[in-house]
Amino acid sequence: MRILYRLILKEFKQIFRNKIMLPVIFIIPFIQTIILVYSATLELKNSDITIIDMDKSMISANLISKFQASPFFKVELMSYNEKEISDALLKDKTKAILIIPKDFEKNLRSGIPVKILLNLNAIDSQSSGLINIYVGQTVLGIFKDFKPFLSKIDLEQQMPKVDIRPSYWYNQNLNFKFFMLPGILTILVSMIGIFLTSFNIVREKEMGTIEQINVTPIEKWQFLTGKLLPFVLIGIFDLTIGLLFGIFMFDLPFEGSVYTMFIFTILFLIAGIGIGLLIADFSNTLQQSMFMLLFFFLIFILMGGTFTAVESMPDWAQAINVVNPMYYYMRVVRSILLKGSGVLDLIKDFWALLVYGITTVFVAVWAYRKTV
Amino acid sequence: MTETEENIIEVKNLVKKFGNFTANDNLCFEVKKSEIFGFLGANGAGKTTAIKILSGLLFPTSGKVMVAGYDVYKHRNIIKKNIGYMSQGFSLYEDLTVKENIEFYAGIYGLRSKEIKFRFAELVEKLGIQDMQKEFVKSLPLGWKQKIAFSVAIFHKPKLVFLDEPTSGVDPITRRQFWDLIYEAVENDITVFITTHYLDEAEYCDRISIMVDGRIDALGTPAELKQEFNAKNMDEVFVKLVRNNNLQNE
Repeated sequence: MRILYRLILKEFKQIFRNKIMLPVIFIIPFIQTIILVYSATLELKNSDITIIDMDKSMISANLISKFQASPFFKVELMSYNEKEISDALLKDKTKAILIIPKDFEKNLRSGIPVKILLNLNAIDSQSSGLINIYVGQTVLGIFKDFKPFLSKIDLEQQMPKVDIRPSYWYNQNLNFKFFMLPGILTILVSMIGIFLTSFNIVREKEMGTIEQINVTPIEKWQFLTGKLLPFVLIGIFDLTIGLLFGIFMFDLPFEGSVYTMFIFTILFLIAGIGIGLLIADFSNTLQQSMFMLLFFFLIFILMGGTFTAVESMPDWAQAINVVNPMYYYMRVVRSILLKGSGVLDLIKDFWALLVYGITTVFVAVWAYRKTV
Repeated sequence: MTETEENIIEVKNLVKKFGNFTANDNLCFEVKKSEIFGFLGANGAGKTTAIKILSGLLFPTSGKVMVAGYDVYKHRNIIKKNIGYMSQGFSLYEDLTVKENIEFYAGIYGLRSKEIKFRFAELVEKLGIQDMQKEFVKSLPLGWKQKIAFSVAIFHKPKLVFLDEPTSGVDPITRRQFWDLIYEAVENDITVFITTHYLDEAEYCDRISIMVDGRIDALGTPAELKQEFNAKNMDEVFVKLVRNNNLQNE
């Protein structure tokens, strides 16, 4: 215990003296939170759409004003010109071009099926998909408005037969920030845990001080625990500040209990830091550890459900997530915050993270060599 | 057993290979208790490899190696309690003060706070570092860093201390002071195992071995070696040995 105390004391002294690391740990995460929560949004707003009205009728004019009034679109009008159309998409002047054909109104009134052409720039497939849906809804809205005039057509056919009224539980307004904020917090906490621990050990290798440690009778588990604990504490600290930030700045709900949050955060940090320790075991330079860490970290983030839905991934990808600590923690954090889940509700994730943490730390201690 | 009691290090047929390269080729030697044992050799002769094996940082490929009465294959952690080590590189944390470095390493050896405090006060007195103890190691001159690294290496009162080129790059006066510390350690029953490139320092040793190409080509007191090689000083002994070897290689 005495030895552990000395190790931890030394780590904290070094961290608090490092003029670059200190802000990295205690200030930058919160600047990142603010920037990312405000900017990283998947909501569609003010998308450029170009409308070519070849009909110039009352209904088409109405459709255009509907688009203009929508917060989702920024409308620009254009006359039909094939070259200009392809140019507009090619040069990114617009995201989508909607062409209202001639005789749009006439055909509608006489019950002839009408076709509206929507050209989408699908380089960003996610936003083009959303635009498609929004455009469809806006156009359908027009049919409803003009129902009295369009008595001849069978509206039942044009409109969805089942009127689905979604009720979004746990995030009623689908507030995107409530989705992103826990994600960003998770990333920050794990980055600090995994990266800093790993770099810390590799730095001792580069400086040569590890050799002096290795000639002492210190046990491997003591040395690695001395590296792990300070960063668990820092991770918890960062998460706490981040949550307070979220609650007071973004009205982030905190339905669950603080203690459930801390239990899972400690488990997750141990699991993540275990990976950091393992990587440090196998790298001799910061460069090596940096690349290994980035490799794992990117996979963890992108597959863990921070930004995308895990359920829509192929089965093999979901299988990989079994060894992704972020996958468990991400779900847990959102459930605790938005749903108010307790440890018992999340018991599977609890065991998974516990086993994960014990395994990685155990393997890291086993793989650590006091010989060079 | 009597041999073990007299000899703090016993090495028989030590071989260390890195792939095809033989760094230590069948080394055989003993180091007696409380002597200063000089371990000389050209760059790349295999001195550091041997030191690392003796201090438990490297596994030997084969051979028998006993340090402080314990086998390096089996009891490395007991050996580590009984030895001190000062490497070529810097073992001190630059961003910690002198005092913090010593407290840290002493703590790792399991010394109690009271004991650390007491011994540290002694050390401050001895080295006259009252003003320096709260300074960061990075701001100290090289000579002081090395004296303090040495003090760290023997702070837990080991039976044996390994010094790997402890005086490289410092001025003659500091070297002189460093050797005073070494003599003092020997008086306190600490055996000193030292590698050096300064051949005048070799004269201060009780016995010397000279390594050439992974082998020990000469071993004895400075006087014996000078006689054997018909040389005026250790410099000549060294040059003759290394030159002979180079001639053989050609």
